[in-house]
Amino acid sequence: MTANEVTPTPIAPRSIGTSLLRRDGVEKVTGEATYAVEHPVTGPDGQPPLHAWLVTSTVARGRVVTVDATAALAHPGVVSVIDHTNAPRLADTSDAELAILQDDAIAFRGQIVAVVLAGTSESAREGAALVRVEQEAEPHEAVFDEDSPTYAPEQVNGGSETDTLDGDPDEALARALVTVDATYTTPHEFNSPMEPHAATALWDGERLTLHDSTQGPRPVRGTLGPMLGLAEEQVRVLAPYVGGGFGSKGLPHAPEVAVALAAMTVPGQPVRLAVTRQQMFALTGYRTATRSHVRFGAHPDGRIEALRHDTVSQTSRIKEFAEQAAVPARVMYAAPHRATTHRVAELDVAVPSWMRAPGEMPGMFAHEVAMDELALHTGLDPVELRVRNEPEVDPDTGNPWGNRRLVECLRSGAERFGWAERPTGPRATVDGEWWVGTGVAASTYPMLWMPGNVARVRSLDGGRYGVAIAATDIGTGARTVLTQIAADALACPPDAIDLDMADSDLPFGSVAGGSSGTTSWGTAIVAAAQQFRADHGDHPDPGVETTAASGQYAAMDGHALHSFGAVFCEARVHRYTGEVRVPRLLGVYSVGRVVNPRTARSQLLGGLVMGLSAALFEDGWRDPRTGHTVTQDLATYHVAAHADVKEIDAHWLDDVDELSTPMGSRGIGEIGIVGTAAAVANATYHATGVRVRGLPLTADHFLE
Amino acid sequence: MDAEITLTVDGQRRTVTVDTRTTLLDALRERLGVTNPKKGCDHGQCGSCTVLLDGRRHLTCLALAVAHDGAEVTTAGGLSGPDGALHPVQQAFLEHDGCQCGYCTPGQVCSAVGVLDEIRQGHASHVSEDLEAEPGLTDEEVRERMSGNLCRCGAYAGILAAVKQAGEQAGEQAGQEGAA
Repeated sequence: MTANEVTPTPIAPRSIGTSLLRRDGVEKVTGEATYAVEHPVTGPDGQPPLHAWLVTSTVARGRVVTVDATAALAHPGVVSVIDHTNAPRLADTSDAELAILQDDAIAFRGQIVAVVLAGTSESAREGAALVRVEQEAEPHEAVFDEDSPTYAPEQVNGGSETDTLDGDPDEALARALVTVDATYTTPHEFNSPMEPHAATALWDGERLTLHDSTQGPRPVRGTLGPMLGLAEEQVRVLAPYVGGGFGSKGLPHAPEVAVALAAMTVPGQPVRLAVTRQQMFALTGYRTATRSHVRFGAHPDGRIEALRHDTVSQTSRIKEFAEQAAVPARVMYAAPHRATTHRVAELDVAVPSWMRAPGEMPGMFAHEVAMDELALHTGLDPVELRVRNEPEVDPDTGNPWGNRRLVECLRSGAERFGWAERPTGPRATVDGEWWVGTGVAASTYPMLWMPGNVARVRSLDGGRYGVAIAATDIGTGARTVLTQIAADALACPPDAIDLDMADSDLPFGSVAGGSSGTTSWGTAIVAAAQQFRADHGDHPDPGVETTAASGQYAAMDGHALHSFGAVFCEARVHRYTGEVRVPRLLGVYSVGRVVNPRTARSQLLGGLVMGLSAALFEDGWRDPRTGHTVTQDLATYHVAAHADVKEIDAHWLDDVDELSTPMGSRGIGEIGIVGTAAAVANATYHATGVRVRGLPLTADHFLE
Repeated sequence: MDAEITLTVDGQRRTVTVDTRTTLLDALRERLGVTNPKKGCDHGQCGSCTVLLDGRRHLTCLALAVAHDGAEVTTAGGLSGPDGALHPVQQAFLEHDGCQCGYCTPGQVCSAVGVLDEIRQGHASHVSEDLEAEPGLTDEEVRERMSGNLCRCGAYAGILAAVKQAGEQAGEQAGQEGAA
């Protein structure tokens, strides 16, 4: 049955705005929260789970000649070895990343070529090591550089236009009195959530039940069902706890298909698959490297007359992912002449995908370091330069801004940070063995609302309400903030809400991605709650319920709805070793009304930490001979540890945005990472006078 | 090859048959169903599998189960009281929102309990200026000592506040007991 579509009206905040403790906090601090391979799943006759282990390709391109499972099958405990000759057939093989074990083609190193099933994880792992895969290598290309041939994709991630052009930027650049013309690079970056991708699958002959580590139970069901030749309802996906994702668990990846296929070979017996940390670097998505050529033509007073942002990224030959790195340049600053372009190189490499703030993160690194260079060339304070280029309307659409408060973020941040005391020129401050400097960058993220969300409200005994939607909490605090939203929409205390989520059997919830979760699920919950009151009044009998689909509340068509922020950083660069440390990092944001200050602060700080991590450490090294990511673990792919994070703080403006959601809120999951690496890079320039245009900001850049 | 070992896990004596290749982490998670310690890397690089092993924090993914026959293991689940009351470190993590996705959290909590004990016992760290002096419960000491436990959600600010709060509470309690 299709639920009635209801467009809600704004709600009065009562619980919203309070720092309710994380609803699942006790489960998390005790370790009682159960993740994807921790559910005690058994078959109908009590069968314990089998353990699956992936065998992956070692050539970058070619074909599987033979899979010799003899030794593996002889190992005690090994039950079976599944390869392309004996795996169940998929009904739809159009997605080449997901259509594994269907043919002999190898499209990148690290691709799944076999799955070993065994009674214990020890025997599964040893069995996988004993599988002999003979591969025939074909010529390949795995190097992404200035010489890589590129093409223009039809559109870029998020559905944005590939190129935009206003006025005549090239002519305006040629006659500009002040220019910036530089190329900025970001490396391959890996989401690296603490819980590796994992799932427990059980096929009972009619229904596939998947305890999955995913950001979207319904999207996984919607993808896997048709691929497996099943009706969507025959797939049930549960994800009550997800150990982080940052985009890598936003779309289903090949391991989910592997565990589903494996389970279908052993009806009635559960199969557990935990992808190893090493395998994640080839199989679960990553942020592609980017190269952005940014040009500004400005008047001596700092006003930008022309800008170009031409960006190149790379993707896998078998699946396009076009990182939208030039998109934020379309909304940031006023300039009558402007162009943005995206080009993509196709390589025989692992498939890139979403990583926290795809597009905005690498694009704003380039854009905001370029702004720092323009500030230098015009002699303006970097805060003042941004204020002078504040656009009155959205330069991209011409629409009025819904709630653009970048200038207030910059001013509030500058005051909190003590920006005014900063020496104007670079290389001006030495403290012992350290150069000291400060930097600023702006951040932005669009307000995204996903259509199709449906929520159910049911009255329970004792004045309680059951609220259901297939949303997920991947650590964002969704379980807590949706409870608060439901409470306010029903005008009851949050303790009276029983929230049911993270199960694809529940009404449709969209992916926890694009900072759209709270916006989209919350709007649907408010719609259902208001319709429930209209249907059943303020004193409903226990057991009555209303299911409603969310109409489009957000005024996206007539307004430009975006969040903005400003990041301030103090960096210290060691005079003799080049080591970079960040003693202070501050973000000030305009994100609409904050639903829960405690969990929101964690989200914004977490984004800042991940941006700091990208600034200082993260660098996926690719072996050009095979496309293999050499830095495939947490000892070589460095992410920020506790000692790397010093004084760090996040603030937000007092804000209400009822153009975006009936809660007055906008999304907050991603904006914290945007601009952060640029602020750190700009601070290292101010400290040393050395301009680094590529991440990460390793010590070698600063050695004299 | 299999071997039978006995462990005391969160106060319960458990006898279990393990493969000689089985890590202590897999013995807990896959053989005993104790999933409080998490597997983040299986290579001793992330800290998610930290428990208190015979009273000291330890990475269980780098320990072979057969080498720890008779050991006493306390996971984050065993730190709370029998009535479910949270350990002061757990309570402080909750209040300061020192977790987001929760996956590294049981390891962080066990590590924090170990850190506070190590500071109390006077162990120096990499950032202790005077190796003979009593280390203080400073931001720098806590950050350094907790750096074996990665948190990709970036909850470090909350974790720092939580560890310090729990440490200060324990210090005050010890002071009161000493005065009484």
